[in-house]
Amino acid sequence: MYVAVKGGEKAIAAAHRLLAHERRGDLGVAELAPEQVREQLSLGCDRVMNEGSLYDRDLAALAIKQSRGDLIEAAFLVRAFRTTLPRFGYSLPIDTAAMEIRRRISATFKDLPGGQVLGPTFDYTHRLIDFALAAGVELAVPTEAEVAADAGVAPRVTDLLAHDDLVEPDGEGDLDAAPGDITRDPIRFPVGRDIRLQSLARGDEGYLLALGYSTQRGYGSSHPFAGEIRLGEVEVEFVPEELGFAVSLGDITVTECQMINKFAGSAKVPPRFTRGYGLGFGHVERKAMAMALVDRALRASDLGEEIVAPAQDEEFVLMHADNIQATGFVEHLKLPHYVDFQAELGLVRQMRAEFEQTRAAIAADLKEAAE
Amino acid sequence: MTLEPMRAAASAVLEGGPGEGEYNFAYLDEQTKRMIRRAILKAIAIPGYQVPFASRDMPMPYGWGTGGIQVTAAILGPDDRLKVIDQGADDTTNAVSIRAFFARTAGVETTTRTHEASVIQTRHRIPELALGADQVLVYQVPIPEPLRFLEPRETETRVMHALADYGLMHVKLYEDIATHGHIAKTYDYPVKVEGRYVMDPSPTPKFDNPKMDNCAGLQLFGAGREKRIYAIPPFTSVKSLDFEDYPFEPNKFDAPCALCGATDTYLDEVITDDRGGRMFVCSDTDHCEDRQASGHRGHLHVDGPAARGTVA
Amino acid sequence: MSDQPLLVAEDLAKYFGARVGCREVGFELYEGEVLAVVGESGSGKSTLLRLLSGQSEPTRGRVMYRMRDGVTRDIVSLSEAERRFLFRTDWGFVHQDAAAGLRMGVSAGGNVGERLMAVGWRHYGKIRSEAETWLERVEIDPARIDEAPKVFSGGMRQRLQIARNLVTSPRLMFMDEPTGGLDVSVQARLLDLLRRLVADMGLAVVVVTHDLAVARLLSHRIMVMKEGRVIETGLTDQVLDDPREPYTQLLVSSILQV
Repeated sequence: MYVAVKGGEKAIAAAHRLLAHERRGDLGVAELAPEQVREQLSLGCDRVMNEGSLYDRDLAALAIKQSRGDLIEAAFLVRAFRTTLPRFGYSLPIDTAAMEIRRRISATFKDLPGGQVLGPTFDYTHRLIDFALAAGVELAVPTEAEVAADAGVAPRVTDLLAHDDLVEPDGEGDLDAAPGDITRDPIRFPVGRDIRLQSLARGDEGYLLALGYSTQRGYGSSHPFAGEIRLGEVEVEFVPEELGFAVSLGDITVTECQMINKFAGSAKVPPRFTRGYGLGFGHVERKAMAMALVDRALRASDLGEEIVAPAQDEEFVLMHADNIQATGFVEHLKLPHYVDFQAELGLVRQMRAEFEQTRAAIAADLKEAAE
Repeated sequence: MTLEPMRAAASAVLEGGPGEGEYNFAYLDEQTKRMIRRAILKAIAIPGYQVPFASRDMPMPYGWGTGGIQVTAAILGPDDRLKVIDQGADDTTNAVSIRAFFARTAGVETTTRTHEASVIQTRHRIPELALGADQVLVYQVPIPEPLRFLEPRETETRVMHALADYGLMHVKLYEDIATHGHIAKTYDYPVKVEGRYVMDPSPTPKFDNPKMDNCAGLQLFGAGREKRIYAIPPFTSVKSLDFEDYPFEPNKFDAPCALCGATDTYLDEVITDDRGGRMFVCSDTDHCEDRQASGHRGHLHVDGPAARGTVA
Repeated sequence: MSDQPLLVAEDLAKYFGARVGCREVGFELYEGEVLAVVGESGSGKSTLLRLLSGQSEPTRGRVMYRMRDGVTRDIVSLSEAERRFLFRTDWGFVHQDAAAGLRMGVSAGGNVGERLMAVGWRHYGKIRSEAETWLERVEIDPARIDEAPKVFSGGMRQRLQIARNLVTSPRLMFMDEPTGGLDVSVQARLLDLLRRLVADMGLAVVVVTHDLAVARLLSHRIMVMKEGRVIETGLTDQVLDDPREPYTQLLVSSILQV
């Protein structure tokens, strides 16, 4: 007797209970509070805010807890939540020149107005596992005002250089024109820089890192210099229709990177330094730098460069940058495909039968010839 | 199945989620639904044409049917009765999960009975029972572009559709016949809609292709990751691509359904033991149960309520 | 045949920034006439071919083509749909690199059949027999109809490319160094074949080549280009036997007489 497989509902419910236990782990260990994630795994939260495309550190922390530390899963949770939020409108563009600097470095100039501000960075730590951390550490009392006294004024490096035309100026885009919005309109190629930067901003950090790295290794060589990387707080302002003037919504933390790339000139553009741009929520230097490299690589056709490398291929780069989309489609292979497989099974059987027939016929022919 | 166990299942599936009333009807906000409805209307106006739409990130992963779910969310009303199938069955995990999602977020009635449903969301199958004029079939689509694996670039395929430049598609079919003696496509079999657009029917087996032609119900296709919606309005011509001397042929089965004895349905192969034993049963479980209930018997049918159709 | 020209180039120029691709090119081409454009690499002949075939837009001047319905149209004004239609019906383009003109992974039959299917043929048997006929005409064994060009020799690929172009009986063919990169003996066979097909079908041809032997064997008229300009033009035999320009004299003297 045969009874067809049933019980999907019970199985799902049971699987979810099991998952909850896996997430919690050993009950003898104290449960993690989202505040702990927010405060002590803050870079993870920053990554989730970027790829989840929502600036909400508490939500990111909770998502990390729920996803057991799987940051792509966490970004996915944030994205899905984001979908349910009503949209009131667009904020005014943030002004990164007015940023309250916490870190600001330039690899192209030793000193510059506003100074180099090292800020919180792994850059000069020795990568030694700190076993003392396992037990918890007492922090030294932070000292005040080690930042330069004039740190309040830190014009962007690219603004400092723009006047002599050796570095290209900011894009000639129409300031009054509304930028596109990839969350409202599907991407249509070829795209403008607005759409490109939006796609890259929510793109997977690892993917952008690999692509950026490839441009450094000669696949679409772009000779980059880190013109400036800055981290700090900027104000977000919004103009409610009924008021007609801007009100502050508060501060957000962003990381901005401006790459400066050597450019030999082309039929369209004289030789000068060109720029790639990266921006992300929170402290995301790697992401912002990789983004700037890829942005510059994707400007190839605008600048009349030959397109020879993957990182220069707009459609390839942008269509595969979203890790929520990527992980969904890769992982959907786990879903049943009985029906399609059944159809293929039938075809293979038929082809096998034809194959055996042909082979038998050849064997018979050979036997006949031998006799 | 009554509503209560379904609600229980919904709670199980969405365990830990927000309580009722915290989400808008059918999850998406009304602006998003309006946007999707506009895309659907455009799709209906241009049968077979892929309409780009601003697909949202859904709480299910891409590949799990986010396109179909968004289309369903956009067309669902409080009086609708929803059926969700995957591989033809109501009981597959993803079908259960999606049904529970809408039971939870929209509070609509759900059903497993094809003829009772006003909206049917499907992955990989078309129900055996012909759709009525008051029914909508919503397909989950992974790759909406029928030319994608012949030409990977969207910019190029869009031009090919615009110019009805489908020679390449026929080259592929020609090559199949030259190599295999027949068109070697068993599912995802391309069709031409109303004599104009070549369309991907989603990965349904080609067995189902004829059901799309001149169908009384409205057929909607949603591809979330690829951000496309397309449609076949009622009573539209849908022809499977072929050659005059190599006409389209649906998949065929040698055996009838072992449970209901049907000879005109798509069958699942079920492995019954580790010695090569197997049986064939209807992939459309509701159709099979209906037939059994009205007295049809296959050779492995077990009389009584223990047979297929009872929740264990 | 009409006594009107099929293709007219009027004062064509193409600039790439400040660099001249070609300039001040004008000519008329009649049905059944073969025009050779010769010159060294960089002389502008490939640029000219791209302008004539509508693949790039001239900086100045225009290209007029008399369509099958008798109406003469400016190539630049054609829509993408019309241009593609021309390219799969009334025009052919033979590339130097066969891989650019063939689908290397598709069978010979599929390659030849593609244009037929694009103009609406839907009978497999008829498409196949037409493809066999054309393989025979270009001296490829029809038994190899199901093999892909990636397993063909260079000469065979080139002949397949020609069959693929001719199957819809175009009136105008563009050829870009059709014998480039082939062995001398293979070249001779290909040229012989081309000459026969062109004459049989009454094709008009614009062939670009740096090889004067190709021009001598195929063309009625010749245009010699240097640094983007036409420096000498006339009947092929006349120009090759009695070149007036010192540059043409140099070209002619630098090859073995055919």
